[in-house]
Amino acid sequence: MEPSNIPFKQPQPAPHQTTGILGWIKINFFSSWFNSLITIVLAYTIFVLADFFIQWAFINAVWFGESAKACPNSNGACWAFVTDRWPLFVYGLYPKELYWRVNIVYVLAAITIISFLYSYGRWTRYFRITMVIFFPLLAYIFLLGDSFDLEYVAPENFGGLLLTLVIASISILGSIPLGIILALGRTSELTVISKVCTYFIEFWRGVPHIVVIVMFVALLPIFIPDGSKIDVVVRAFIAFAAFNSAYMAEVFRGGLQSIPIGQFEASRAIGMSYWKMMGYIILPQAIRNSIPAMMNTCIGIFKETTIVMLIGFSDLLGIIQISLESSDWVGPPHIFSSAYTFAAICYFIFTYGMSKYSSRLENRSNIEQY
Amino acid sequence: MAEGPIISFDKVNKWFGDFHVLRDIDLNVTKGERIVICGPSGSGKSTLIRCINRLEAHQRGSIIVDGIELNDDLKNIDSIRSEVGMVFQSFNLFPHMTVKDNLVIGQHLVRRVPKRDAEDIAITYLKRVKILDQIDKYPGQLSGGQQQRVAIARSLCMKPKIMLFDEVTSALDPEMVKEVLDVMIDLAKEGMTMLVVTHEMGFAREVADRVMFMDEGQIIEENKPDNFFDRPQSDRAKLFLSQILHQ
Ligand SMILES: Nc1ncnc2c1ncn2[C@@H]1O[C@H](COP(=O)(O)OP(=O)(O)OP(=O)(O)O)[C@@H](O)[C@H]1O
Ligand SMILES: [Mg+2]
Repeated sequence: MEPSNIPFKQPQPAPHQTTGILGWIKINFFSSWFNSLITIVLAYTIFVLADFFIQWAFINAVWFGESAKACPNSNGACWAFVTDRWPLFVYGLYPKELYWRVNIVYVLAAITIISFLYSYGRWTRYFRITMVIFFPLLAYIFLLGDSFDLEYVAPENFGGLLLTLVIASISILGSIPLGIILALGRTSELTVISKVCTYFIEFWRGVPHIVVIVMFVALLPIFIPDGSKIDVVVRAFIAFAAFNSAYMAEVFRGGLQSIPIGQFEASRAIGMSYWKMMGYIILPQAIRNSIPAMMNTCIGIFKETTIVMLIGFSDLLGIIQISLESSDWVGPPHIFSSAYTFAAICYFIFTYGMSKYSSRLENRSNIEQY
Repeated sequence: MAEGPIISFDKVNKWFGDFHVLRDIDLNVTKGERIVICGPSGSGKSTLIRCINRLEAHQRGSIIVDGIELNDDLKNIDSIRSEVGMVFQSFNLFPHMTVKDNLVIGQHLVRRVPKRDAEDIAITYLKRVKILDQIDKYPGQLSGGQQQRVAIARSLCMKPKIMLFDEVTSALDPEMVKEVLDVMIDLAKEGMTMLVVTHEMGFAREVADRVMFMDEGQIIEENKPDNFFDRPQSDRAKLFLSQILHQ
């Protein structure tokens, strides 16, 4: 037989795991007496906590009711508070007869998010691009009204989850492009631009956010006489965009610095202009490298939205607090714990979703690159 | 009518801060000439060829490439870069794009070739570097030798008049050096003007018209490859050659 005719060994299936579930448990939990001890202690702790939580949140919980009287016992959660105030939590002070407009926006948002999670080829991509462009516009038209025969609803009436989501999305979607521009400016070779961007970033990063918010909302009209004409909500948005874009800028700068110098040189050697090099070669890689840190910042932004409470807005947490002080529900402290547990769960659902999405993005870009 | 040189350096000087990297470099390259540059590490070889497409700017003297003087004028730089291809030691392929897109993007963005035509050109050059079957892979999925050949094809797609090679085989495993050198030898035979920084003596002997030996920012010696390698004139060249031979 000629050497080149020696048949290749056929690929074989990987050997089966023969140990079974018991074996798996032994390997992972009871591989030594010390590990067994840890397993037992942990398992017991988890059991006790879970048992307590289930008793509290489900078995002894009160689900419906119209006032604090519905929840006389402190050994169970008082979800009645949440169900009773539910519309307020979700829509804020938005007029009841116009809830449908908010619902449309919620549904559109959900569809957009889902389109980013599942892909059915080319059409999904077109759909995503369309939604990214038109969703903010549609949301603006439906929520504020005042056009297409829709009744005007002042942003002061937004509240609860609606306000939290609106502030968070504007802050996040606004701070990403602004952050990229600032990062490019800071790393620019033009000293003036680089200095201006550096000081801008350092300033907003260095000042406590509470100070910024109060400054924009309360002090701006004093310094800029015409500033009072700008809506208070808009001013709050500008403040959020300002300091969040400073954080984003630093995230992207980290991403830019992670790109090897050879990428710049190769683009330049081909004859690309600065903007083409940045747009097609450097930024796509830099943004991918920044995804984990970017998501971290986004989650921070989401949670930080609660500081609008300080300037009299009622976001989700704010509405919960106000409701706790309403005459129907004021009283027993165990309603407090239920209310804040509910708030924590709400925030967690959104931030956990963001973090899951980011790890998916990371995995995908790892596959593409290597 | 005798054509003027395609590259001409006249008393070129360059400093990195206080460090004088290039000292009074005079160099004329005629069209179709193949020049090999060698010399010890830190002698300024990379800096010299990077001045040709202005990845580095010189500070004194003049550099004229294809009739265009290199100065701070952005237009000049762009038109020079579109005529000068460069291949690097570390490949520098764009890792987020497939091989095909690596070859298409420059043509499309810089030379404004329509995407379809750019793809055809990409296929032609991938065939020439014998790597067409990898067209849809990402650079990270290729071996070093394959990546370097893609990098050469990427430069060639831009239809350059001059090709610069900076130690393109020194990051490669020995068995991959040949596949890259073969591509370069083919290119030389087609009459491409080439400046090659390399210590591959076999390659230099086979294709170079001239070998230039650099040390401490100067061109110390310049000769036909056989003369240079067999009968180096300067002591520094002798020392250098004895060192690379004994590696
Ligand atoms: N950007 C820079 N800033 C400061 N010094 C530099 C810079 N680039 C290169 N040098 C220095 O200039 C000298 C010449 O560098 P160059 O890269 O041209 O050498 P080389 O001959 O290509 O060496 P090698 O064979 O190691 O690649 C070296 O001493 C190097 O340290
Ligand atoms: Mg070098």
